[in-house]
Amino acid sequence: MSYERKIRILVAKPGLDGHDRGALVLCHAFRDAGMEVIYTGILQTPEQIVETALQEDVDVVALSLLNGAHMTLFPRVRQLLIERNAEDTIVCGGGIIPEHHKPELIRQGITGLYGPGTLLDVIINHVVERVKKERWKIA
Amino acid sequence: MELVKRLLSGDMRAAARLITHIENELPDAREAIRLIYPHTGKAHVIGVTGSPGSGKSTLVDSMITEFRKKDKTVGVICVDPSSPFTGGAILGDRIRMGNHFTDKDVFIRSLATRGALGGLSKATKDAIRILDALGKDVIIVETVGTGQDEVDIVKAAHTVLVLSVPGFGDEIQIMKAGILEIADILVVNKADRDGADKLALELTLMVDLGHEEKADQKWKPLVLKTVATKNIGTPELIETIERHLQYLKSSNLLEINHKKNIEREIIELVNEHLINHLLGIMKEGDFEKLIEKIVEREIDPYSATDEILKKLYSN
Repeated sequence: MSYERKIRILVAKPGLDGHDRGALVLCHAFRDAGMEVIYTGILQTPEQIVETALQEDVDVVALSLLNGAHMTLFPRVRQLLIERNAEDTIVCGGGIIPEHHKPELIRQGITGLYGPGTLLDVIINHVVERVKKERWKIA
Repeated sequence: MELVKRLLSGDMRAAARLITHIENELPDAREAIRLIYPHTGKAHVIGVTGSPGSGKSTLVDSMITEFRKKDKTVGVICVDPSSPFTGGAILGDRIRMGNHFTDKDVFIRSLATRGALGGLSKATKDAIRILDALGKDVIIVETVGTGQDEVDIVKAAHTVLVLSVPGFGDEIQIMKAGILEIADILVVNKADRDGADKLALELTLMVDLGHEEKADQKWKPLVLKTVATKNIGTPELIETIERHLQYLKSSNLLEINHKKNIEREIIELVNEHLINHLLGIMKEGDFEKLIEKIVEREIDPYSATDEILKKLYSN
């Protein structure tokens, strides 16, 4: 029997940042793109996010942060995933990310890094492309 | 199988991955179930159902806290609906359970219904088996927000909790057949709100009436009041849940119900297999042609069914 494979994505807000409107809009957009979206609310520690990602066996962790702590918290999530042998879990980020911070985050495998005003399709395409290439091994 | 070995040694990530394989109907999923099946049947499976917004997830969070106080390990399966249009889903039950994310003895997994009706997803039963084999003492299954008739949880759980909240209609709603009938324990959540006492009284009256009619039925569903956000009533609830399990064991119902459920499951599986087999032996396009004929009213649905079944007998 054929089945339609679903992208499972965790939308997470690490750290002290209560601005979840963007994350909620993304949840909705990912859902409408046919993904299964796990949302765990605001004020999550990197440890909570990683445990959730592992238990839910997600393809993607999408981090949203607008308070400036992305250079600490994004890499921390990525690092914990690597420590738990889950380096194949895709990590994307977004929020208020200054241009000069992006190269370092991308070097660590945290991609996307879209800011306010980005078209939803751009973000969805980025996620789908990475999943197809890295998780499903379809070029 | 490597994943099964890891699962049986208590590796949470193997459980997570196996559930994904089950959900995606990967070829090795069936083999995995075959291997773990002898290791299942130990956990107490508790179903939590009720209308959307009645506080199921919050109550589950509060239940986890109580079970952990008693040193029980807990598995949780939360089911949320898939969109019938895009197939996407928002799995948002976990959001109420954040306190337990980093507790090594709590495993929470969200499943989307993926088109299944009845309040659970197709993978739910096997997901329960996987958490059972992982060694969880208690497995809590939270259904989608239910209305009146999504009662599949009785086929999967030993003890069923049905949540009601004040303000959802009058006593006629309570008299209706369906979801309230499947409860082993009726929970009036948000009991700090107006109308909670009245609702509890109406539910108690319903239970009393039904109980008189069936004198042989020994377990009388209890009505309990909770305020899940404040952990009020949860200790009593857990105590009642454990008492219900004792009752099931002493009355032999645990075994009788289990047998019934297995019977139903096998019939469902054979059903599904037969349909796939039938559609498989039909020549390409034949099924569509038949449907077209019915649409054009050249043939009626029953005759069309006969035509399909003929293929089975001639094969």
